[in-house]
Amino acid sequence: MKQFWIFVNKEWLHILRDRRTLLILFGMPIAQILIFGFALSNEVKNSKIAILDHATDDVSHKLIERIEASKYFEIVHVLHSDSEIDPVFKQGLIRLVVVFPSSLSNDLHHQNDVRIQLISDASDPNVGTTLVNYMSSIIGDYQNELIALNKLPYTIKPEVRMIYNPQLKAAYNFVPGVMAMVLLLICSLMTSIAIVREKEMGTMEVLLVSPLRPALVIISKTIPYLVLSFINICSILLLSYFVLGVPVKGNLFLLLAEGILFIITSLSLGMFVSSVAATQTAAMFGTLVGLFMPTLMFSGFMFPVDNMPIPLQMLSNIIPSKWFFNIVKAIMIKGLGFSAIWKETLILFGMTCLLFIISIRKFDKRLAL
Amino acid sequence: MRTIKFIIQKEFSQFFREKTNIRMLLVMPVIQLILLPLAANYEVRNIQLCVVDHDHSTYVREMIQKVTASGYFKLNSYVDSYNEGLERMEHDNVDIILEIPSGFEKILIRENEAILSASVNAVNGQRASLGAQYLLAILRDFNREIRLNWIQFPKFNPVPIIKIEHSYWYNPMMNYKHFMVPGILVILLTMVGANMSALNLVREKELGTIEQINVSPIKKYHFIIGKLIPFWIMGQVVLTLGLLVARLIYGIVPVGNVGSIYLFSSAYLLCILGLGLLISTYANTQQQAMLISFFVMMVFILLSGLYTSIDSMPLWAQWITKINPIAYFVQVMRLVIMKGSGLKDILPHIIAILGMATVIIPWAVWNYRKRS
Repeated sequence: MKQFWIFVNKEWLHILRDRRTLLILFGMPIAQILIFGFALSNEVKNSKIAILDHATDDVSHKLIERIEASKYFEIVHVLHSDSEIDPVFKQGLIRLVVVFPSSLSNDLHHQNDVRIQLISDASDPNVGTTLVNYMSSIIGDYQNELIALNKLPYTIKPEVRMIYNPQLKAAYNFVPGVMAMVLLLICSLMTSIAIVREKEMGTMEVLLVSPLRPALVIISKTIPYLVLSFINICSILLLSYFVLGVPVKGNLFLLLAEGILFIITSLSLGMFVSSVAATQTAAMFGTLVGLFMPTLMFSGFMFPVDNMPIPLQMLSNIIPSKWFFNIVKAIMIKGLGFSAIWKETLILFGMTCLLFIISIRKFDKRLAL
Repeated sequence: MRTIKFIIQKEFSQFFREKTNIRMLLVMPVIQLILLPLAANYEVRNIQLCVVDHDHSTYVREMIQKVTASGYFKLNSYVDSYNEGLERMEHDNVDIILEIPSGFEKILIRENEAILSASVNAVNGQRASLGAQYLLAILRDFNREIRLNWIQFPKFNPVPIIKIEHSYWYNPMMNYKHFMVPGILVILLTMVGANMSALNLVREKELGTIEQINVSPIKKYHFIIGKLIPFWIMGQVVLTLGLLVARLIYGIVPVGNVGSIYLFSSAYLLCILGLGLLISTYANTQQQAMLISFFVMMVFILLSGLYTSIDSMPLWAQWITKINPIAYFVQVMRLVIMKGSGLKDILPHIIAILGMATVIIPWAVWNYRKRS
């Protein structure tokens, strides 16, 4: 056992010597959580739009005033003819055009019937429809005020309650998601390189003939990274609590314990990659290009897993961050206990064992050759 | 010129010697481009609805039917108590719990107003508010219908009505994949290009072969150009493969001129490969290069407007997008492929990218010189 700790110590010195890498390892997750915690949201607001006002009367002015006052829209162009619509869309300057007919005020007051046209850039279908909905409700509100009928008979009054996130903060969803993604990628990058570097340099052979069993050699290499990653998890949690205002409603120790489990999963994923890859380039490239996008797409924080076709839902099950994302959401945001996440925990645990056994086997085989 | 040719030759033969390189550079992006867009569906559909009905009246049954018939909601479960529903929500099986108080229908008739409550799982705020909006709209419709049944409205409508006509341009079928595929292609191309070039130079550093180059009569800029050109060519190959996949598998045929995409990508690849080189001149080991590149890529990708709209980012993040090459390419792809924008429309983007490239490449050359 003493030898084992000597090995661990050696790895520590290796890591501590390289100040620059250390700085990157600690600084990166902090910067990422901050940037994404503040910048990412699926909300659609401040959308740039254009107005084509054929009327320029008091009704159109009142409507424009209302549109400008809403947080959803920002009028950046005033058009003068229909032929200007296509070019502004093609330059990517705006997302919606509101067209007021020339007889707006007259039609409204005398005919009681007027048509306003919304032309939406549906190249992004979500934003396209969302903006039409927002604009329709602004115009609808105006109409309701004209009608001034607030009290209707037989009214069903739905009371909507937002559970877990009453202020609808985007960070509640993105912080757990980014956390699951950043930890997975950083941890697996670290170990995948640490081991394959020794392979490439030829020093792995030396380690493997040491009196320590190969499994222990590899574990000793990952322990310092486990400690580093644990510090990372703590700094991420502190930031999200104090700076981003994301609560930890459940048990903090349970969350940290699950965090350690997830770190070990990610570290063994890195080990697995390095047991398969021959060169550092291959290991890193494989981890980055191979893991980044699938993790981003399949974790469930960008796109709901339920919406995916069944084969992809099955595929998403092998992405560890999907399970950790669920765990973090349950503990941090919903304040649930272990009984709600035992299944996810078990899955992560199983993945870890599997990855670990496969990688040890591969290293053992190398020794036998 | 001859020196550059030889360096290019060397790079190519070095590259094709390893089978893994081809797999990683060509096969992996193509597979990802085929699979990933299928996962990118942000449509808010299949909202799982849990009903707690204490009333059991015909109107409630009609109302639930109306809600589920809309196509947005799926009746997930019908339970006896709110707590049962909440338990399902805790396990993410239910998105909205609709609770109808007992005597709902009677109260509605007697007191002209009845309350029902909807509890929405709001961990994902945007999804929650859209779901709630849909539900409210359907309930409003239902409300109007029962009103019409119970009261006689005058035939002539005395109140002013504003009708809203909407048209959806450039993607009338609302195909989300047409929106995502070009963007995902940009990301894959960028990751492959930047990482390849970042690792390449630092690998020579780590293996010591760069010393040999440095003592040879090769000029620094020859060396950098000789490194850039092979990756530039391979980048265009990856782009071409990607456009073919988009066309054959997703049926995406660019409305605009493909030539303008290649024109943009020519400048873009210079910029991205230069970025990779720049990173590698700062890194001592492949590990450092990879970590820095991972960081830069992740920030650029998530702030590129591919997933979340740039308009709704805070101002400082919008400024980052101004120096984010990925954001430009994602936009250009969508402009040309979906809207058919011409060269004139994307010219500002090309100029911006060329501007970035003329900063980054000399910077990389300068920094490389300084350190060797």
